[in-house]
Amino acid sequence: MSATEVLRTPHPLDFDPYKVGHGEGGGHDYVTGHGEGGPASKRVIVGYGFWLFLLSDIILFSCLFASHAVLQTATAGGPTGPQLFDPMSVALETACLLISSFLCGLSAVAAGVRNQLWTQVFLFFTGIFGLAFLLLEVRDFTSLVARGASPQVSAFWSSFFAVVGCHGCHVTVGLLWLGTMMAQVYFKGFRPNVMRRLVCFNLFWHMLDLIWVALFTIVYLIGEGR
Amino acid sequence: MTDERHMDEEGNVGDVGPGFMNATPESIRESVQGYLIGFVLAALLTVASFYVLRTGLIWAPGIVVMLAVLAVAQIGVHLVFFMHLTTAPDNTNNVLALVFGIIVVVLIIGGSIWIMGHLNERVMPMYPSM
Repeated sequence: MSATEVLRTPHPLDFDPYKVGHGEGGGHDYVTGHGEGGPASKRVIVGYGFWLFLLSDIILFSCLFASHAVLQTATAGGPTGPQLFDPMSVALETACLLISSFLCGLSAVAAGVRNQLWTQVFLFFTGIFGLAFLLLEVRDFTSLVARGASPQVSAFWSSFFAVVGCHGCHVTVGLLWLGTMMAQVYFKGFRPNVMRRLVCFNLFWHMLDLIWVALFTIVYLIGEGR
Repeated sequence: MTDERHMDEEGNVGDVGPGFMNATPESIRESVQGYLIGFVLAALLTVASFYVLRTGLIWAPGIVVMLAVLAVAQIGVHLVFFMHLTTAPDNTNNVLALVFGIIVVVLIIGGSIWIMGHLNERVMPMYPSM
C-alpha cells in the first residue's frame, strides 16, 4: 500500500457532523473548531473557557509563589518555616488531596456511563478526602499560630499564610461546588448542561491538586532543603 | 476498529476537550486504568520528593533542583492522566493556552527570584536590633 493510499483510508470518525467541511486533503476534517470541520461544539468551548480561567488562576498562584520564594529568608528574627512545619501532616494532606483527585476522576468515569449511584459515591468520597485535607490544614494553621507564627510576625509568615490560605480557600469553594454538583446530578440527572458543569468541576478539582504539588514543593520541601 | 461512533446527546461527534476521554469510545476498564496509572505515578513522584529530603543520596545543593524536577514531572502526570490534556487536534487550543500560561508563570517566578536576589545582595544587611 502506498503512502497516499494510507492517507485516503477513511478514518472511523472521518465524517462531517456539521455538514460544513468538505475536507479533501485538509487533514483532520472530523475535528470541529478548525475551519473546515465546522464550529466547535459547546462542550469543547465550555472546556476551553474554563481551562483559560484555570490558567489565570495558576498565574495568580504563581505570583504568590514568587513572593513567597523571594521572602523565604525574611523571618525578621522570628521562627523560620522548617523549625515549625510538621512534615508528617504535610504528607498526610498531600495523600488526602491526591486520593481525592483520583476519586474525582473515577466519578467522571461513572458519570460518563450515566451511573447515578457510583457517580454519587465517588463524588461523596472526593468530598470526604477534600474535607479531611481542609481539616488537617486548619489544624496546622492553629498549631502554627499557637507556636508564635501568625501572619503578622514576619514577611515570611505573611506570604506563607497568603499562599497556603489561598489554596485552602479554593478547596473550600471547591467543596461547596461539589455539594451543589451532587445535588444537580441527583435531581436533574445527566443532562448535557449538568455534564458540562461536571467536566468543569473535575478540571477545577484536578487543578487544585496540581497547585498543591507546586505548593508543597516550593513552600514546604524547598524551604527545608535549603 | 468497529464503525461505532462516539456521539453525545447533543449529537457532537469526535470532540475532545480538556477533561474528556478520547473521541473513540473507551471502555470503563480502560478509563479507570488511565486514572490508576496517573494515581500510581503521582504517588510515586510524591513519595520520591518527600524521600529526597530524608536521604543522603543526593548532593545537598542539588536537592532543590531534584525537587523542582520531581514537581514538574508530577504536574505533567496530572495534566495528562487526570486533566486529559493530549495532543489530539481538538486540544490544540488548550495546549497553546497552556504554553502561554507556562511562559507567564516562568517569567513571574523566575524574574522575581532573579531580580530580588540581586537586590538582596546589593542592599546593606538590616537587623531588627539596628
